[in-house]
Amino acid sequence: MTTGTRTLISPAALARPRGKAVYWTVFTAVAVLFALAFLFPVYWMVTGAVKSPDEVARTPPTLLPEHWHLTAYSDAWNLMELPRHLENTLVQAAGAWAFQLVFCTAAAYSLSRLKPAFGKVVLGGILATLMVPAQALVVPKYLTVADLPLIHTSLLDDPLAVWLPAVANAFNLYLLKRFFDQLPRDVLEAAEIDGAGRLRILWSVVLPMSRPVLGVVSIFALVAVWQDFLWPLMVFSDTGEQPISVALVQLSQNIQLTVLIAAMVIASIPMVALFLVFQRHIIAGISAGSTKG
Amino acid sequence: MTKTAERKPPAHAAAVPAPAPPPARDRRRRRLADQARAYGFLFGGLLCFALFSWYPAIRAVVIAFQEYTPGSPPEWAGTANFTRVLHDPEFTAAWRNTLTFTLLALLIGFAIPFVLALVLNELRHAKAFFRVAVYLPVMIPPVVSALLWKWFYDPGAGLANETLRFLHLPTSNWTNGTDTALVSLVLVATWANMGGTVLVYLAALQSIPGELYEAAELDGANLLQRVRHVTVPQTRFVVLMLMLLQIIATMQVFTEPFVITGGGPENATVTVLYLIYKYAFLYNDFGGACALSVLLLLLLGAFSAVYLRLTRSEGDA
Repeated sequence: MTTGTRTLISPAALARPRGKAVYWTVFTAVAVLFALAFLFPVYWMVTGAVKSPDEVARTPPTLLPEHWHLTAYSDAWNLMELPRHLENTLVQAAGAWAFQLVFCTAAAYSLSRLKPAFGKVVLGGILATLMVPAQALVVPKYLTVADLPLIHTSLLDDPLAVWLPAVANAFNLYLLKRFFDQLPRDVLEAAEIDGAGRLRILWSVVLPMSRPVLGVVSIFALVAVWQDFLWPLMVFSDTGEQPISVALVQLSQNIQLTVLIAAMVIASIPMVALFLVFQRHIIAGISAGSTKG
Repeated sequence: MTKTAERKPPAHAAAVPAPAPPPARDRRRRRLADQARAYGFLFGGLLCFALFSWYPAIRAVVIAFQEYTPGSPPEWAGTANFTRVLHDPEFTAAWRNTLTFTLLALLIGFAIPFVLALVLNELRHAKAFFRVAVYLPVMIPPVVSALLWKWFYDPGAGLANETLRFLHLPTSNWTNGTDTALVSLVLVATWANMGGTVLVYLAALQSIPGELYEAAELDGANLLQRVRHVTVPQTRFVVLMLMLLQIIATMQVFTEPFVITGGGPENATVTVLYLIYKYAFLYNDFGGACALSVLLLLLLGAFSAVYLRLTRSEGDA
């Protein structure tokens, strides 16, 4: 996996002067291409927000802002009520994360270790939802949330409308179950012989050993809610409850371009920061998850 | 810890005399208690799956055959919803657009990441930079990347046309032209989602044993031959997997057309999911929306079944 691994081109070919020249040419070309394709649009967004409204509309555009105006950022913060929408997003994401962690872990633990009757049927039913693309069921799901069966309560405009459906995440549950399946049996049995109850085993034996998978599930849970658009668009018609993704689109029509761009930058900061902090784990997680299937 | 100390002696004591087999009634009671506990842990998760996955799936099928308005009792409508939806001119447009979108996304969003991953795997410097750069757009909220590109595509001072002018190329209508709108949206989706694909390919490339390349080189295979006879067969499975996943994902595209074009111009970018949304929330026709959902479900379910079949059989091997 490290530098010594042989790839398509042999180290010997690269060591030759001609190989070196070709390598550095390709390297520079790819670096420039990546900078232009992936970083430049982001740069354009961040600097677009500090330009004056005239400068943003100018052709040909200025590569560097002539004057740095931070008013667009403060306008976005105040006029578009970003603190409130950011808070809504945070509450929705954090709640979904907590609910998922509690209920998915408990269910995965039960399916993996407690041998419930019909456990295989239940697991099959859960895995079958992987075959059903989530977005295709969004309308009947909306109708269910708008009028819960039996208790006839509506969860619309309530964060519970995000929190509870988030628990029905077969992918995360399966990830947890598979991890619990592989925990060493003797450790769990030793805890049982010591007289620890199920909850205690889960809390002080299973969970501490499951940190890596809990980290992956946490990141998936947070990112999924933060990035979601269609579901919150449907269930939050009250502007005061809308997360930032919905609010941005709703407000984008009647707002000055620079202010909108500033709001877009602000909306991106939390996830990009999360990525930059945890990039090693996130990238490793994607790479590992894919090859292992 | 004190608890452990207290409970240990009986276990030791029991080991000395032969333990009497517990009466059958006790055993049954214990088994019942075990089951109660198992289902106690399972309950919360199970309830959420029942309410938000299983019940909606059944309901989609039921409502598809009903005349359904929230608040009033539903009436059976036979296949009326399906015939109405099928005769909607937008239906044909939505399916044509969705399939074209998926096909273009495969063509553009498939070959490019593969080549990029292939090249990245050969580079021995600044590895972290390339990985972070390519994955950065994935972490930007989809709504933000959609709004960002909507601004880039602005026919006036948008970055897209400015770049073309800078290169002395003819400018384009981008999302305002009926024939270019869909491609423009595919570009956005590709830009925003490519990072994940590249990283997965990179992982697959890294798992190819180096001896295979060495052996091929000894046999006199040149660069392209090595790609064709070593790299491609070794990564074929991952490529196929991702292709299916990408088909399933792009068939459900909604954010880009909703935010950037609103389905226009002249329905050129209406997608199936967008049409479902319109039936439910603009026309208040939930029966029609569910009929459309069932159609989408059947098609995507077939793709998912193939995907699961393939992963399952690979896992057994």
